[in-house]
Amino acid sequence: MTERKIRIMVAKPGLDGHDRGARVLARCFRDAGFEVIYTGCHQTPEQIAAAAIQEDVDLVGLSCLSGAHRYLFPKVVELLREQGAGDIAVIGGGIIPDQDFQMLTDAGIQAIFTPGAKLDEIVEWVRGHIKPRDI
Amino acid sequence: MPENPEETEKLRRIRGGDVRMASRLIRNLEDRLPEAKMAIKRIFPHTGGAHVVGITGSPGAGKSTLVDALIAAFRKQSKTVGVLAVDPTSPFTGGAILGDRIRMQRHAEDPGVFVRSLATRGALGGLAKAAGDAVHVMDAMGKAIIMVETVGTGQQEVEIINHSHTVVVVLVPGMGDEIQAIKAGIMEIADIFVVNKADRDGAAQLISELSAVLNMAPETPEGWRPPIIRIGNAFDPVPFSQGLDELAGAIAGHYRHLVDTGKLGDRMRRKTMVEIHEALRDTILEPILRDLTESGEMDRIAERLVRKETDPYTIAEEIARRFLK
Amino acid sequence: MMFPDEMLKKSSELTEKWEDEVRRAIAKSPDQKARFSTVSDLEIKRLYTPQDLAQMDFGRDIGVPGEFPFLRGNQATGYRGRYWTFRMFSGMGSARDTNARWHMLLREGQTGLSTAFDFPTLMGYDSDSPKARGECGRCGVAIDTLDDFLTLIDGIPLDKVTTSMTINPPATALWAMYCAAADLKGVPLAKIGGTIQNDMLKEFIAQKTFMCPPEPSVRLISDTVEFGTKHVPKWNTISISGYHIREAGSTAVQELAFTLRDGIEYVDDVIQRKGLDVDAFAPRLSFFFNAHIDFFEEICKMRAARRIWAKVMRDRFGAKNPRSWWMRFHTQTAGCSLTAQQPYNNVVRTAIEALAAVLGGTQSLHTNSLDEVLCLPSDHAVEIALRTQQIIAEETGAAHTIDPLAGSYFVESLTNEMEAGAWEYIEKIDAMGGMRAAIDKGFPQLEIADAAYHFQQQIEAGEKVMVGVNRYVTNNQPEIPVVDIDERVEQEQIARLQAVKRSRDGRAVRRDLDDLKAACKSGANVMPLCIAAVKDRATVQEICDVYREVFGEYRDPGLY
Repeated sequence: MTERKIRIMVAKPGLDGHDRGARVLARCFRDAGFEVIYTGCHQTPEQIAAAAIQEDVDLVGLSCLSGAHRYLFPKVVELLREQGAGDIAVIGGGIIPDQDFQMLTDAGIQAIFTPGAKLDEIVEWVRGHIKPRDI
Repeated sequence: MPENPEETEKLRRIRGGDVRMASRLIRNLEDRLPEAKMAIKRIFPHTGGAHVVGITGSPGAGKSTLVDALIAAFRKQSKTVGVLAVDPTSPFTGGAILGDRIRMQRHAEDPGVFVRSLATRGALGGLAKAAGDAVHVMDAMGKAIIMVETVGTGQQEVEIINHSHTVVVVLVPGMGDEIQAIKAGIMEIADIFVVNKADRDGAAQLISELSAVLNMAPETPEGWRPPIIRIGNAFDPVPFSQGLDELAGAIAGHYRHLVDTGKLGDRMRRKTMVEIHEALRDTILEPILRDLTESGEMDRIAERLVRKETDPYTIAEEIARRFLK
Repeated sequence: MMFPDEMLKKSSELTEKWEDEVRRAIAKSPDQKARFSTVSDLEIKRLYTPQDLAQMDFGRDIGVPGEFPFLRGNQATGYRGRYWTFRMFSGMGSARDTNARWHMLLREGQTGLSTAFDFPTLMGYDSDSPKARGECGRCGVAIDTLDDFLTLIDGIPLDKVTTSMTINPPATALWAMYCAAADLKGVPLAKIGGTIQNDMLKEFIAQKTFMCPPEPSVRLISDTVEFGTKHVPKWNTISISGYHIREAGSTAVQELAFTLRDGIEYVDDVIQRKGLDVDAFAPRLSFFFNAHIDFFEEICKMRAARRIWAKVMRDRFGAKNPRSWWMRFHTQTAGCSLTAQQPYNNVVRTAIEALAAVLGGTQSLHTNSLDEVLCLPSDHAVEIALRTQQIIAEETGAAHTIDPLAGSYFVESLTNEMEAGAWEYIEKIDAMGGMRAAIDKGFPQLEIADAAYHFQQQIEAGEKVMVGVNRYVTNNQPEIPVVDIDERVEQEQIARLQAVKRSRDGRAVRRDLDDLKAACKSGANVMPLCIAAVKDRATVQEICDVYREVFGEYRDPGLY
């Protein structure tokens, strides 16, 4: 048996096209030894959930800088659960004010990383919280 | 084989087209879990219905854009489609960015399309095996067409192509492709050539060089003449869709040719030869290598070779005698 | 020849002595780091001397303001005649909300307007589109029809205030609304002034608000340039932008080079496609740069920009009118330099960046608010940002004299170095067949991705510092009031939109859109058709859907 790889989807939901952070994160995850499926920008929550299931990822990382995270992030969690993939973890990043953290956490977002979060902090979080899912 | 109700259920769901189950099985195959091997044994009898198309070419050749357009073309014909998109694992970090999917995302919600990204993972023969088995999974799901997209530069990628009935090689003018195609042995396995981004400088040259090489050996062993298909700029909708239709037609035409001439069997035999080689390597060689590595004997062998106390062939004979009784 | 030989000899002598002294000193007490470089990782020397400028020719390379190559500025009078325009980018929620913010800013001394639209509008979708769900009004104003637009500019004298609109794929539709609004208010098109960003090439390169592929996008831009040249002479129909390229992670030299090369691409297209004489439209081209945190790099970048563009216009395009040689630009302080940690530090950053822009000679300036890393700016935060400009203008003396840093050994040397770096890129892109070809090959996108990753790695390694983030970190985070866009904004906007659709003449709109489609296909200028359509209350999306239908849609190739 080979070492099990962690598979992560990095996705940009909504109309915001600012993908500098998402692309830097994708490279960073690759450098940390993860397999990253990058969806590009302008994805609907439906596209992201469908792709996450097709790719059997362990984690979905969402990035949004347009303020639409309040609708988009919980929607992805909801869709994954609806389609029997509630075990796929979801984290988020971007322009997210503190006051929205509780609402996102309640909706199932397991961690939120805002500008200035160190990349190795994010990688450590993944290593500590995400295991390749069971057979 | 003892009947395990859970496994039977999984198989039933995969054959019913359950993407989540199928993708999880593919994951287990990638991770080389023994349970997965069991599952493949059960799946194998249900395969053989799909037309497997290998699509290869250098990075930047525009393969993903073509695959995306082909998905649309096949869906218009109500065919269900599976895609395995293979990208290289970084040899330094063991990680990978699998970015082919980006160009096919418009099909994400189409239940008739299943796109699965795979990393090469660098292991000896590992990719070919996992990809080959992943093809079987998609086949068992009932996909009519399965496209396997790889970067055709390494030996492994060329091997994956051997899992296909139809091999499409995508070249782009001005990228030194001409030279590479001839050197890499890709010419021998190609059934269809695509000159992509044919609006660029050097297209005519590439096509004439390609034609010249083809003229030296115009037919494949199955008696098929590989066409050269020009496809222009993806943003020029009319010429692009014309080229694309030609490609889709050639793919279907090749399959028909194989069926009509009874050569489908030859292809499938070639496929199974590859699979047997890989299965043997997996069953016989891999465990031996693992054993030697884990026990530290591999290091000792390496030392002996460095000191010229013995040679690789003698070593191999010793090991064979020891392990293969 | 800049300096007499005597002086250079003396300088060389003294510099050698100085170098010896440096060696002695650092042997005892080493430097803090091995290498000192700008935020773009351009290495900077410990000392610059006359030798660094020895190859320069004063008349050819430096000159005076108002004369080719305009290094020191476009106009002879500088800021004494008129300060740069205080132009704060703003927009939020509904047109009514934004109109209120605009009036507040004008009262507080802003001298030009700048429109921030929400994402659905930026991408050419209406507020009731499924794609707009959750996005309506969140990062800018929601505009669907002319009615919204009239509310937006309510009480604004269009013949007295210039308005900039940051809008790209739907630029024709929004500009059509502005023109239609002027018409309805009895203000002749010849009198309205402003800017539409309307720069699609940088979208493909960096910002990713795209709709149609590059070729037709550039065609629509040429339509606006032609229309502006003929009918709206005071309007800047393109704001060729580097800001976003820099925000995506490029270096300063890349920002400079890609922006100017985009400009070259547009000029080429207008000349070829529309047959206009370069002097007919070039004076109305404008640019938009980033003012990042590395103070001197930014000043030098802007000076280099002027000199490069002057040469491009005179020598490459043969423009004869000196006004065609001018580079006029708007600047925005760098959003990506701001931190969510210890947000009050952002006031300091913005101030320094704004000062760089002024010393760089910008014509117009937006200063970011301290809270923009968290949300849309609050009234208080935006007031501080505006006051920052006013303090620089009125208190610091920075505007008293033109191009104060000219002649500095460091500044002139760095300006030269950045210009050389930019020309290298420009020539490379020329060799690829132009910017559209380079974009097709992924060249600028990958340069930027590499630069962004390199910078991030430097931050991770502590080689580059962001105060409060990887150094001088504290755990107490002050409470910053956060602007909240109510969920009701979306509902109310949708209701407004639906009311307009019910009350308008649907058949007239259909006819207008058909006429627009025909123009798209025939190559006729789309602007008059857009104006007619918006007057009949066609929506932004309806117009954009015509473009999508005729020209196709561009999807993110996802280069990383």
